[in-house]
Amino acid sequence: MPIQHESSVISNSRAGAYHLISLTAGDIPKSYKPGQFVTLSIDGLASSLILRRSFSIYQAQDRGVYGGSIEIVVAAHGEGTKWITQLRRNDSVNIVGPLGKPFPIPKDPVSCILIGGGYGSAPLFRLAEALKNRGCRVDFILGAQNSEKLFGLLEARRLGHNVVITTADGSAGQTGFVTDPLPELIEKTSSQVIYSCGPMPMLSAITEIAKANKIYSFTAVEEAMACGIGVCMTCVLPVIGEDGVTRMLRSCVDGPIFNGEKVRWSDVGTVPSETFGSGNH
Amino acid sequence: MVTKTNSGAVDMSCDFFGVKLASPVFTASGCAASGKELSNFMDLTSIGGVVTKSVMLEPRAGRATPRMSETPSGMLNGIGLQGPGIDYFLENDLSWLSERKIATIVSIAGNTVEEFSKLAYKLKNRPEILAIEVNISCPNVENRNKVFACNPVTAQDAVKAVRKHISNVPLLAKLSPDVTDIVEIAGSVIKAGVNGLSLINTLLGMAIDTNTFKPVLSGGTGGLSGPAIRPVAVRCIHQVRAAFSEVFILGSGGLRTGSDGLEFIAAGANALSVGTAIFNDPSAPVRIHNEIAEKLGNKKIDSLASVRNAAHD
Repeated sequence: MPIQHESSVISNSRAGAYHLISLTAGDIPKSYKPGQFVTLSIDGLASSLILRRSFSIYQAQDRGVYGGSIEIVVAAHGEGTKWITQLRRNDSVNIVGPLGKPFPIPKDPVSCILIGGGYGSAPLFRLAEALKNRGCRVDFILGAQNSEKLFGLLEARRLGHNVVITTADGSAGQTGFVTDPLPELIEKTSSQVIYSCGPMPMLSAITEIAKANKIYSFTAVEEAMACGIGVCMTCVLPVIGEDGVTRMLRSCVDGPIFNGEKVRWSDVGTVPSETFGSGNH
Repeated sequence: MVTKTNSGAVDMSCDFFGVKLASPVFTASGCAASGKELSNFMDLTSIGGVVTKSVMLEPRAGRATPRMSETPSGMLNGIGLQGPGIDYFLENDLSWLSERKIATIVSIAGNTVEEFSKLAYKLKNRPEILAIEVNISCPNVENRNKVFACNPVTAQDAVKAVRKHISNVPLLAKLSPDVTDIVEIAGSVIKAGVNGLSLINTLLGMAIDTNTFKPVLSGGTGGLSGPAIRPVAVRCIHQVRAAFSEVFILGSGGLRTGSDGLEFIAAGANALSVGTAIFNDPSAPVRIHNEIAEKLGNKKIDSLASVRNAAHD
């Protein structure tokens, strides 16, 4: 169950192109599972930026010097995220979490590939721990535009059997995209499940490769949200249900983790004509 | 961690057509779904109640994304009334609310006068409903998609279609501020038999992406809400109250703090509904209630009712 918490900043440090921000989180870590996210409000009640910003939970600790705490990874995209990256120790910020559905964990100790695009890798490390506890072999592919924008390399090396790095500009690892080494890695590791988080085109391309190899693809989607808690109906995308019917589902409460095969990637940003409630269903 | 209202020594009660509610603060339609998600954050029985997201006759997929754009002290939305339709709503959402004894105002929206009538018929003999809010700020497909609320005749037609079936439950009409004379529209729906008014709905707006030079929202235009529209809401409430001293007014539009709520009450609102502020602070209705009570307590004012209409001479 999500909790609203008046948090204070424990630390804010640079990590490549990103900021790693540690926050007190009360009881939020107690019910947290990998893949879930938190939202932060921007400044106080006089702020002109009224929508909360959402972030994957990178680390969560249910007890420590500060009680419960979480860590998030932030890139300064706009005014709101810029405000967050300028937070200092002891500043307060209102947080809500844990939100969304977590990554499903396989019952059996199968091999899994975890793929992060840029700081999309943030939720994958706690997932890797959960998978390893289940006895799964874990391999990572981390990709980004350039080496500055890779996140969590050391962590991936600690947790992963293999770590493959790709950058679009060749400044680290292989030149290219995360999907380039994927088919070979699937074959080499006999992986049964791919977990990914990053830009939508990446998630779509990964799911295609998973389908071709007849293995699962669980994706953490990024859709613009207004509330993060399921009431505003902003963050919807077309997803096929168990009954074969396409519905506009909320990525905040029905996701952010979706079975990639069920997401109609090429129709994201549209309401496909036979969607439930479109008048043609 | 579920917050509750606390009125201290102040009488915060609200007379809602003879029902005494412990709080004047409701959630606003479209910003609370049907209450379930918000019950994680606040005790919905401790506030006035929930105004549900406008429900339509049939399930509705809504618009394509992007559906939202943040604007200074506000946001634009063009959701397109995505929802499950009235039958699902009654069976699942309304029963969830009534089992928990959460006071519920059901908001309905139709594409045609006939749809308003059919929706009203479905809501007949439902004693668990506190009131019905008729959302006439939606496009009338039989009148070149012009919004019902922007014309006194179509506004009246929609309300009459509902009143025809609903005799024992209070009706509120939610009015659009996008009109030349909101007092005229208010007068026409009062004549058609509504018991109260919800003031105000969103203002129509547009944002343009300066990289593509195209509108940000898939539907082009969207409803502007949030603190940016609050002075418009206060003005509308004040004008309508000046013209109609008795009509019940549920005030909404950019309400974010207790002080904002007192502006609405002083302008003439009987009750308040909190919308976009919930996206910023999911327990905002409770906080706003408590801030009002605290502010009145500090001023040694012992009841909220004594502030009502105070901005009028």
